[in-house]
Amino acid sequence: MTRWLTRRLLLAVPVVLGVITISFVLMRLSPGDPARAALGDKANQAAVDSLRHQWGLDQSLWSQYVSYLGGAVRGDLGRSLYFRSPISALLEQRLPVTLALMLLGALFAVAIAVPLATAAASRRGGVADHVTRALNAVLQGAPTFLVGGLLLLFLGVKVAIFPAGGYPASLGGRAVALVLPALTIALSIVPLLVRGLRAAMAESLTSEYVAFARSKGLGERVVRRRYVLRNAGVSGVSILGIQVGALASGALVVEQVFAIPGMGSMLMSGILNRDYLVVQGCTLVFGLLVVVVYLLTDLAYARLDPRARLA
Amino acid sequence: MVTDGRPGTDAAAILEVEGLTLTLGRGAGAPRILDDVSFTVRAGEARGFVGESGSGKSMTLRAVMGILPPTVHVESGRILFRGEEIVARAPDGSPSTVSARLQQLRGTGISMIFQEPSVALNPVTTVGEQIVDAVRRRDGMSRRTARRRALELMDLVGIRNPGERLGSYPFELSGGMRQRVMIAAAVAGNPQLILCDEPTTALDVTVQAQILALFRHVRDELDAALLYVTHDLGVVAELCDSLTVLYSGKVMESRQDLRAAIDQPFHPYTRALLQSTPDIDHLEQRLRTIPGSAPTPQNRPAGCPFADRCDRVQDDCRQGPVPDVGVGSEVVVHCLHPFGRGSAANGVIDPSPAEVLR
Amino acid sequence: MSESTALTPTVRTRLTLPSGVARSNTALVVGLLILGIIVALAIAAPALSRWDPIEPDPLHALLPPSGTHLFGTDNLGRDIFSRVLHGARSDLTLASVAVLAPFAIGLAVGITCGYAGGWFDVIVMRVADIVTAFPFFILVISLVFVLGGGVWTIFIAITAVSWVAYARIVRAETMVVRNTEFVSACQVGGITTPRILLRHIAPNVLTQAVVYAMSDIVMNVGVIVTLSYFGLGIVPPTPDWGAMMADGQQFLAAGYYGLTLFPAAAVVLTSLALSLVGEGLAHVLRIER
Repeated sequence: MTRWLTRRLLLAVPVVLGVITISFVLMRLSPGDPARAALGDKANQAAVDSLRHQWGLDQSLWSQYVSYLGGAVRGDLGRSLYFRSPISALLEQRLPVTLALMLLGALFAVAIAVPLATAAASRRGGVADHVTRALNAVLQGAPTFLVGGLLLLFLGVKVAIFPAGGYPASLGGRAVALVLPALTIALSIVPLLVRGLRAAMAESLTSEYVAFARSKGLGERVVRRRYVLRNAGVSGVSILGIQVGALASGALVVEQVFAIPGMGSMLMSGILNRDYLVVQGCTLVFGLLVVVVYLLTDLAYARLDPRARLA
Repeated sequence: MVTDGRPGTDAAAILEVEGLTLTLGRGAGAPRILDDVSFTVRAGEARGFVGESGSGKSMTLRAVMGILPPTVHVESGRILFRGEEIVARAPDGSPSTVSARLQQLRGTGISMIFQEPSVALNPVTTVGEQIVDAVRRRDGMSRRTARRRALELMDLVGIRNPGERLGSYPFELSGGMRQRVMIAAAVAGNPQLILCDEPTTALDVTVQAQILALFRHVRDELDAALLYVTHDLGVVAELCDSLTVLYSGKVMESRQDLRAAIDQPFHPYTRALLQSTPDIDHLEQRLRTIPGSAPTPQNRPAGCPFADRCDRVQDDCRQGPVPDVGVGSEVVVHCLHPFGRGSAANGVIDPSPAEVLR
Repeated sequence: MSESTALTPTVRTRLTLPSGVARSNTALVVGLLILGIIVALAIAAPALSRWDPIEPDPLHALLPPSGTHLFGTDNLGRDIFSRVLHGARSDLTLASVAVLAPFAIGLAVGITCGYAGGWFDVIVMRVADIVTAFPFFILVISLVFVLGGGVWTIFIAITAVSWVAYARIVRAETMVVRNTEFVSACQVGGITTPRILLRHIAPNVLTQAVVYAMSDIVMNVGVIVTLSYFGLGIVPPTPDWGAMMADGQQFLAAGYYGLTLFPAAAVVLTSLALSLVGEGLAHVLRIER
């Protein structure tokens, strides 16, 4: 197991390096001058030059890269123009918020998807199956901001069960404030989760090992729990893990819609205010986040399905 | 009469299948997978259940166990275990409701061994867990006792180093080992009847011999009855006491005495099967094949299903109806022109020395 | 199964659509129907809109749906119906066109990786891993930000990120087909590599990619609409569903739903139709296998 783990970690290193490199390259793709774009047309040349120097844009590309790499390793991602503070400090505040949002979203998604998939898989072509399919089709096409907006309108404004956006200081208040946004991103990944789980469960239910388990005299509920759910859950874990990207993208959107001060809204502020360092830093952290989650998912999968350790 | 310790017709019937008809789907024209199948298995008896692929033999076992696929329905007939009805046609024809009694019997009264141990064992749990599962059917037993019992069982089926093997996963074991695990799980509850669905077909020949020996051993230890499904008559000859031959969903021949059946089969199909089985003592003999293939449930002809491939076919065979003739309950033959003196008309078969095969 | 079937190819060598498909596939039929209507409306938009979608008409602002204005008018007095139709033109065109380049790139790259393997495969798959390490929308939005807004940037951004999925699908399928006896038979028969690739492998791997393309267009529509919602996408005053929804938001509380409702319904309906078509196609093409 440890050998597998070390191998997997080593494989992740070039990907991490690649992520850092891409976020570096990304910001240099700009056709114009980023400093000029950040300060606006009206700014004088001296201010622009000073900013260029501050951002290291007057150095060679290679030395820029090296200092960026060094900074990334140290945790120094520069200073935000718009927020007037070091980006790492901002991230320290905002990353946990986004993480909490994504985690809650994942939880909601599982809570919704598992019963739906179970009902759909139990009886092929039954009512549950058709309803689930219809729901999936509609949800997949609905943009996140639309779903978020609707939830906000109906459950936050019209019938004020939940706050209409915002992120209070109290822990309880924060938990409540995250419900609607988390639900929104949950709904965006439910279709894929349901489809994957239902397929896995249907396959499990008709498998020989379930037939054997039944013939051993195990009750239906036990069979479902220990054989069907367990086996489907294994592939469910890996499906969920792959959704981290969708969860992150969703977080970006809902943080805007619900005014949640997370990493997503930080990125959006960076974009809307042409703050290149913020955009660069957030993109980098999002990328690294995904790599870490993929690694954890592979780990979980290998623990659950022993055959994976052979790969 | 009991000659070598094997039960005769006096022993109690463990399993009675009466007129079982299984259909694919429901409705009037639904194709029949099994057509009016009847046979009995007595306590301690090992009955070979032989047929080609598609004959319906696996379905029969699944019907007994109540694990038919959702598309297969019990059209008519019933199955009794020790005189109690466990399977019968459901009021709405659906097979999915397993009677409570059958549910109780699974594992303790009746158990089943499947053909492909690699797919019949759960790939993500250890073999130890799967045997303990079978042992601890009712959660009354403590884990430690269950574990000890599992080790005993593994010993019984000849698994070396059972302590280490408990933590192994199915994919880490060889085919023969996996089959032993399955057998261990199947006999955990001391069943009186073990259903075997071609358990050695997926194994290579040397391992096959070992597993067959294991079956003999297990059956002697537990004094259990076996219903052994296979297409291989050689295996049946080694292990079983009695024989039922299935063809295209119908019982062609059913014999209480296997040796007599092999020496003198009465049904043309049985005879042809025996002639196409290689005999290691007579390797120079030409193998006769049976040309053609068995009809599918969808296009089964009227009359005898074997008519098109039978050497002895005559006009009335294709028209039907074809009777079941026999000698008491020891012999049942579904044929208009069986071997043996006397014709189907008087409903009796007279074993004729002239038609002995060997 | 007789021995002869081992040599008979179990894969198709030509893309053929079986007849009588429509009868047994409701998803495909319904999807194509809805999609057909939407596309027809989009194409005919200029002819169908009595009112100019861009020209403001403040005197007739915020009118409810009626005979003259099917969907009512927005805050600037523009007819919502014609704006929705014109929005379909811009959004659908961009979403569909943005699928072509990733499809082509992914196909070419995927087949090469799957068939040739080697260092090319290793490098490309590493690059693919790195690209997919970024959440799709986040990478797209960052690219759009850096390159400046507008239709072309969106196209480039989507292409730069989407090709990976196609490459992976095609590569996997190619590897499956490559290992079949059928291809070995071709190689033994002396057929040249490019010919094998083109005539025999491509038709088989194509089907999966086409099915995926359907769901990709749905995703593209979502991305484009979301970008426009945040003001980063299609530049106004060109009508666009996302921008319309953003503009109409502020009027929801006051009870004017039409501004947001109709473009929203258009997005959902279009995506639904595309998903149905994709599902139906998957069903059809899988049967052929």
